[in-house]
Amino acid sequence: MKKSIAWILALVLVLGLTACGGGGSSSSAAGSSDNVVRIGVFEPSTGDSASGGKKETLGMQYANQETSTVNIGGTEYKVELVIVDNGSSTDKAPSAAAELVSKDVSIVLGSYGSGVSIAGGPKFEEAGIPAVGVTCTNPQVTAGNDYYFRICFLDPFQGTVLANFAADKFSATTAYCLGENGNEYDQGLIAFFKQAFEAKGGKVITDSYPTNNNDFTSYLNKAKSEGADVIFTPVSIAYATQILTQASSLGITAPFLGSDTLDDNMVLDAVKGTDIQLFVSTFYQEGGNSAFDEGIKNYINTNDAAKSANGGNDTISAVTAMGYDAYYVALEAMKKAGSVDKADLMAALPGVSYKGVSGDIAFDSTGDAIRDTAFIKTADTASGAWTLETVQKGA
Amino acid sequence: MEYAVSILLSGISLGGQFALIAIGYTMVYGILRLINFAHGDVFMVAGLMGIYLSASLPFYISLPLVIVVTVLLGFVIERVAYAPLRSAPRMSVMISAIGVSYLLQNVATYVTGGQPMTYPELPLLYDTVKVAGTPTKWAVLLTPVLVVILVLALTTLINRTKIGMAMRAVSKDFEISRLMGIKINSVISVTFIIGSALAAIGSMLFFTNYQGIYPTVGAMPGLKAFVAAVFGGIGSIPGAVIGALIIGIAETIIKGLPSAWDVSVFSDAFTFALLIVVLVFKPTGLFGEKATDKV
Repeated sequence: MKKSIAWILALVLVLGLTACGGGGSSSSAAGSSDNVVRIGVFEPSTGDSASGGKKETLGMQYANQETSTVNIGGTEYKVELVIVDNGSSTDKAPSAAAELVSKDVSIVLGSYGSGVSIAGGPKFEEAGIPAVGVTCTNPQVTAGNDYYFRICFLDPFQGTVLANFAADKFSATTAYCLGENGNEYDQGLIAFFKQAFEAKGGKVITDSYPTNNNDFTSYLNKAKSEGADVIFTPVSIAYATQILTQASSLGITAPFLGSDTLDDNMVLDAVKGTDIQLFVSTFYQEGGNSAFDEGIKNYINTNDAAKSANGGNDTISAVTAMGYDAYYVALEAMKKAGSVDKADLMAALPGVSYKGVSGDIAFDSTGDAIRDTAFIKTADTASGAWTLETVQKGA
Repeated sequence: MEYAVSILLSGISLGGQFALIAIGYTMVYGILRLINFAHGDVFMVAGLMGIYLSASLPFYISLPLVIVVTVLLGFVIERVAYAPLRSAPRMSVMISAIGVSYLLQNVATYVTGGQPMTYPELPLLYDTVKVAGTPTKWAVLLTPVLVVILVLALTTLINRTKIGMAMRAVSKDFEISRLMGIKINSVISVTFIIGSALAAIGSMLFFTNYQGIYPTVGAMPGLKAFVAAVFGGIGSIPGAVIGALIIGIAETIIKGLPSAWDVSVFSDAFTFALLIVVLVFKPTGLFGEKATDKV
């Protein structure tokens, strides 16, 4: 109780200082505990992508607990995460983005899911707040929006990696692709996969299901009857679990390929104990950085809310590692800018480079991360864990 | 051949599950002239109950308990949200129903934390069986059988028992039945109880096939069941069942058409186009007798 009053007082003070204008910085140096910098967390905590959004947020919260202050030009700032829910839906995303703008955040992290990032992006651009996409891989997120950056690889890269993997590993000639109708992420990846797979001489069958669809057996039976060698399903977690459980009851033997969204322990649970072969491309593989792995596992196991956000166990999702890195990229930008002002951060971000647990992070001219590595994991259905299949470099 | 069998099986079971929900819609409409928009969400809550109760109790206790809890929920919704509005304009009751629907969805979001949940693997229903070389679940095969049994039981109840006679009387004329000494409140409660029980059974079959449950999962099946009820002639139980089966099978066939034709994405559009066509050309549906009221 006392703590929350102190927080409110601190907030009021900071708001008062910002109202005073630029001159406030010199006077605020007196009491270092009064300085707060707010980082907006633009993530889904409800809807289809809730599971992924919560895990990504988890990484940021862990990083925030680990490093809760940042020293900028001799002044110690307390970092506060302002978390909003974009509901995994493109119609709720703009209002969630507007909420962050009204809460006066200096920088925004997220979102999990490209569609919501594209929908929320213009709000950040109008307000002049830089946003750092964590795992939104669709090119449209940063293209045409100067204020959107991202720290992960892109779908043209991911789609190509998976298409090459399908052709090389399974000698596949026919691929069946299934995505949600009207979802930028699904359809974008399928298009890039198709391009790369057809360039290799393969045949691609594409199909879309309507939003809120439950019955995937017809699609899966069709894939089987049309002789698909691999089935590519770059879909949201909620759909992926349904597709995979229904595939297992239909006895589908063709291997499933998934994108970064399927790297989630709910998906892992769905295939546990079945005969499904599942391969996913992702950003981070558990074991990549033992200090991080140990720390986050400890954080998850000692915090009930974190554990339930992580789906009830301590398997590390790649998105959690990415959320962790995104938080430090934001701090790095503040240090580089020597300020917590959004315009200064915007100016500093293109020059930021940081060595994160998921690899080196630097931005190119459109604000995309320069990355050329994707991890391909396979689900060990007997033990219910991910194992590293291969590390694919750019083609 | 194997493909055709698998498509037909999915279609019949999907249609059967829609039918169990559609009966709830059609019965409530027949008696109250109310489209109970919360019905799809009652179905969703039944699914969630299945998850939570089965987590701690053995199935032979948890599944009957799911039916009991869902029935209670349906009963309470009617008493709290609809009964006080008995003499209010029909539109008010419908708005109340929409309110209940949103309330249930948001409570479910709060309880589940917005994460999709996975329905437990029910014994027998979840087991795999081969039909003409096509692997499928027992739930798929049992659905049509169960629907037929339940519909027969229901028509017997309505045509042969005292409460059934009262229900028919109330649906013919609300005011006169009341004058004749029929306790309409208990008749209406019984209607909601039957509808909710069927939704609970439907949820077990549906979620055994399609295991993901999220707070808005009831919306789509609910809407389609509603279309089925209108298609069959709202107020008619056999009509609702046949309407639901036609919609279920047609949808699966459209989804299963060769991908080269690129029509599978129109499966939902077909259902709602059907609603428009029926309302334009035969507003009373396949088996409806009297003209339907405007909603």
